[in-house]
Amino acid sequence: MTTKLMGEPVRRREDLRLITGRGRYTDDIGHGALAAAFVRSPYAHARITGIDVDAALDVDGVVAIYTYEDLVGPMAEPLPVLIPHPQLTAPRTGYPLARDVVQHVGEAVVMVVATDRYVAEDVCDRIAVAYEELPVVVGVDAAREAVHAVHEDVPDNVAARHHQETGDVEAALAASTHTLSFTQYIERSACMPMEGKGVHAVWNRDDSSLRVHTSTQASTSVRAAIAAKLQLSLEKVEVVAPDVGGGFGVKIVHPWPEELLVPMAAIALGQPVHWAEDRREHFISSAHERQQRQEITVGYDDGGRVTALDVRGWHDNGAYTPYGIIVPIVTATQLVGPYAIPVYRVRIDSVYTNTVIVTPYRGAGRPQGCYAMERTMDRIAQDLGLDRAEVRRRNLIGKDEFPYDHHLTFQDGRPVIYDSGDYEGLLDKLIALVGWDRAEERRAEAASRGKQLGIGMAMYVEGTGPGPYEGGHVQVLGSGKVLVSTGLTSQGQGHETAFAQIVAHELGVPIEDVEVTTGDTRRFGYAVGTFASRAAVMSGNAIALAARGVRAKALRIAAEVLEADVDDLEIDEGVVQVKGTPGTAIPLRTVAVLSNPLRYAFDEAARQATQFAGPGDDSKPPVAVGDAPGLEHVDYYSPIRSTFASGAHAAVVEIDPTTWEIEVVDYAVVHDCGNIVNPMIVEGQVHGGVAQGVGGALYERMAYDADGQLQNASFMDFLMPYASEVPDVVIDHQETPSPLNPLGLKGAGEAGVIPGTACIASAIEDAVGRRIAAMPISPTELYDLVRSPDAERVPAATTGVPA
Amino acid sequence: MSVSTERTISVTVNGVSRETTVPVRRLLSDALRHDLQLTGTHVGCEHGVCGACTVLVDGTPVRSCLVLAVQVDGKAVTTVEGLARDDGRGGEVLHPVQEAFRECHALQCGFCTPGFLMTMAAGLEARDRTTDITEDEVDEIVGGNLCRCTGYANIKKACRHAAGLMKDGDGA
Ligand code: FES
Ligand code: FES
Repeated sequence: MTTKLMGEPVRRREDLRLITGRGRYTDDIGHGALAAAFVRSPYAHARITGIDVDAALDVDGVVAIYTYEDLVGPMAEPLPVLIPHPQLTAPRTGYPLARDVVQHVGEAVVMVVATDRYVAEDVCDRIAVAYEELPVVVGVDAAREAVHAVHEDVPDNVAARHHQETGDVEAALAASTHTLSFTQYIERSACMPMEGKGVHAVWNRDDSSLRVHTSTQASTSVRAAIAAKLQLSLEKVEVVAPDVGGGFGVKIVHPWPEELLVPMAAIALGQPVHWAEDRREHFISSAHERQQRQEITVGYDDGGRVTALDVRGWHDNGAYTPYGIIVPIVTATQLVGPYAIPVYRVRIDSVYTNTVIVTPYRGAGRPQGCYAMERTMDRIAQDLGLDRAEVRRRNLIGKDEFPYDHHLTFQDGRPVIYDSGDYEGLLDKLIALVGWDRAEERRAEAASRGKQLGIGMAMYVEGTGPGPYEGGHVQVLGSGKVLVSTGLTSQGQGHETAFAQIVAHELGVPIEDVEVTTGDTRRFGYAVGTFASRAAVMSGNAIALAARGVRAKALRIAAEVLEADVDDLEIDEGVVQVKGTPGTAIPLRTVAVLSNPLRYAFDEAARQATQFAGPGDDSKPPVAVGDAPGLEHVDYYSPIRSTFASGAHAAVVEIDPTTWEIEVVDYAVVHDCGNIVNPMIVEGQVHGGVAQGVGGALYERMAYDADGQLQNASFMDFLMPYASEVPDVVIDHQETPSPLNPLGLKGAGEAGVIPGTACIASAIEDAVGRRIAAMPISPTELYDLVRSPDAERVPAATTGVPA
Repeated sequence: MSVSTERTISVTVNGVSRETTVPVRRLLSDALRHDLQLTGTHVGCEHGVCGACTVLVDGTPVRSCLVLAVQVDGKAVTTVEGLARDDGRGGEVLHPVQEAFRECHALQCGFCTPGFLMTMAAGLEARDRTTDITEDEVDEIVGGNLCRCTGYANIKKACRHAAGLMKDGDGA
C-alpha cells in the first residue's frame, strides 16, 4: 500500500538544493548581463525641474540612460490600477519613471544601464536632478487634515471611502445599555523578505521573444503586464519566478516599474539586463503596510454581549493606489472576527501621504481589524469587571451556526459567509494551552522576582483562498515520472512538497516520481498568484482535480488492456492492478506510453505504442473522438467564495520596571486551517507569522520624519526580530474541514501574524495597568506612558471564569 | 575614465586555489557571486546586519559584504557550496548542519540559510563536542543572523540536532 502522505510531515524536496547553495534566485541568474541602477528621488514631494546627465556620459562602461522622456506608448502612461473598486474614486498611480512630480522619497527618476552594478551606480552619482520642493504630507492625521494635498487634483487626500453596514448602527447604539468610544493607532511595518526584488530580462532577437525572471508572487500577471506595456504579443513573453527569497505580500504588487523598465532596456539594447534591488531601495521604493487610525464605538449589554459596533478608520495608503483598497476592505470585513455582531458599520477612508505605497503585508489589513475588535473585547471586560476570555466566549458565533453570513462583502467581491469553524473549541484549547486560569499565581510569582507580568489573548477569523481560480496540470510520462505544474508562485512555503504529496496521494504513485513546477508561465499560463493564504486551497485543489482526471483516464486505458472493469482497478505505488489480484497489473508508465499512439519509436518504451506493436482494433481510430493523446489532465479550482480559517493566540509578557523592557515569555497558538496537507509546513508558517507579529507589536515601525524622510531605512535601525526577540511558541491544532473545496483545506500562510499586536497590547496593558492605545510600543514609550499623569488607568483584570 | 584600479588575488575557495583579477573596491560577496559564480552566498542587506552573506575566511565566519575581495588575498574561503564533503564516489556527504536543517525544517525560502549554515558549522566545530550543547550556546550561534520566514524555532532545533550529530562523531 502506498505510504500515507496527506497529513504527514513529509520532509521538503526543496531543501537539498537550498542547503547546498544550488538554489537559483533571480540575482543568481544571467552571469554577465548588463546591470541597471536607479536615480531615486531624495525628496518626498517635489517637482522635477531638470535632469542633467552630461557628466555621466563619459563614465567608462555606461550603456544607456533613461528618463520619463524616453518612455513611449503605454510605458509613458501611469502604471495600472490593478484592482479597481467603485469606492476608489480617486485612484492614482505613478509612472515607471517619474514625470514632473515625485510623490515619495525613493521614487525612480532615472534608470541607468552599465556594464556592471558598480559602474551603474557611479553613473547615477553623476546625474544631477534639480527639484523644486513641495509641501509634504506624512501620517494619517496630516492626510486627514488636508492642509496640503499629495496629489494636486485630490485636495482632501482621500483616495477612497470604504463603507459597509449591516443595519442601523446609530439606533442600535442608542438602544444599547452600555456604550464606550475610543481611538487607537497602529504603525507602519513592512514585509521585508530577506531577498529584495530582482529582474533579469533576455531578449531573443532571432525570434523576437522575451524571457523575464523576476522575484514575484504573480508571474502570469507580470507577463500580461509586460506584454501590454511593451506592446508585445503574449506568446512572445515568458515570465519565470525562480527560487524566491520570501515575499509576504510585497511581491504580489506588479508590475513594479523595474519589471517593465528592465525588459524595455533589454529589448532596446539587444542584451540581457539585470537589476537586483538593494536593501535601502527596498525600504524606500517597495511597499509598507499597517498604519491606521481607528475610532471605535461599541454598544453592549450587562452580560458584555455586543449589541452594535461602529468603526471609523483612516488608512494610510501612501503615495499611490496600485493595489486598490484591498487592505482597508480586508480590515473592514475581517474585523468582526469570530463574533456575532448584530449591527455593524464600518467606514474607512483610504488617504494619500507622501510615503512609500501601502499594499498587503502578511495579514493584509487583518492585524488591524483584529486589533480593533480584540481591544474592544478587552475594554468591555474591563468596564464590566468580567474575565476577558468570558466576554469573548459570550460573543462567539456558535458551532451550530455555520454557514454564518455576516452580510458583508469581502475582498473578492463575494459575501463574507463563514463556511465552518468551532470558535469555542479554539478558546477552550487556548485557555488550557496558556494556563489562562493560573495567571494570578504567575503574576504573584513574577512580582516576587521584581517583574510585572501580564497576559492577553486575541482571536481571529481569516478569509483565505479567494478566487477567481487556480489551475493544475498533471502528466505521467513513459518513464513513470509525474510532472505537475501550477501557475501560482512559491516564496518558501514548500509548495513543491505539499503539491507532490497531494498528487502522490490522489494518483497512487511514489512521491519520488513526482516533480512540481510553480510560477513558470512556460509550463502553466493561467494563474492569479500567491496571496491571501490561497496556495494550498487554490492550487492544491486544482492539482488534486487534475490528478483525479489523470487517474480516471489511466483506469480507463488500463481496463481495456487488462480486460477488467474500471471499478475493479486501483493504482498503488505507480501500478494499476485489479483489486485483490496483484498479478493482473500494468505499470502506470506503460499506460502513459499506450495513451499516446505513435508512428515513431525512439526508445524501448515508445516502441510499445507504435502502429505495428500489437494487434489493434481496426474498427476505431487510434485516438477516439473526444479523447486526446497522452496521460495528462488540466483542471481548475474556482471557489464560490473564500474559506474561513480561524485561531486564537495568547501572550504572557514580563516587564522589568527599571528598564521597561518588555519580554514575551510565553506565546500560545491554537490554529484551525481545516484539513492539513503537511503539519510540519503549517507549523513552520505559524512560527514565522508569530515572529512577524511580535516584531510588529514591539519593534518594527517605519520612522518617517515630517519631511517624509524614512529615518530607519536599514536593518541597523529598522528592528526586525533576531532569535533573541522571538518567544518559544506552543501550538495546538483544531481541524474543521472546509465544506467548500474537495480537500477540505483552509489557508495557513498568514494566520500566525494576525493577532500578535492585539494580544501583546492586551498583555502589556494587563501588566502595567495603563491603557495601550498605540502600537507598536517600545520600552521608552512604555516608560513615558506609566509616568504620565494623563495615562488612562485600567482596572485590574479578572482572569478565570467567574463563579 | 576609470574610477578603480584592479588587482589580481589568489584565494583558496572551497579547497581549490583560484586566481582572479578584481577591482580593488569589489566586495568579497560580489567577487564570490559574480566573478567566481558561487551564488550560494546571498546578500540580504550589504551592511553587515543580516548575516546572509556569511562565509568562512580561514575557518572564521565573516560577513562577506563587509570585506573587500582584495583582503582575502592568500587566504582560504569556504562558502556554502564547500560545506558538504566529497564522498569519493562522485556524490557528497552533507555536513551535519545541512542534515539538521533538512531534518528540522529549519528553512523556508532558503535565502538566509547559507549564512546560518556557515555560522553554525563554524560555531559547532569550535565547541567542545564531548559535551551536550546548552541553550546559551544555541542562542549564541543562532542569534546574530536574520531570518524573516522561520521565526527561528526550527533553526534552534537544527542547531541542537546538529550538535547531537557532531557529538556522535557523524560527519565533519
Ligand atoms: S548581506 Fe552581509 S550581513 Fe547582510
Ligand atoms: S528561510 Fe527565508 S529568510 Fe530564512
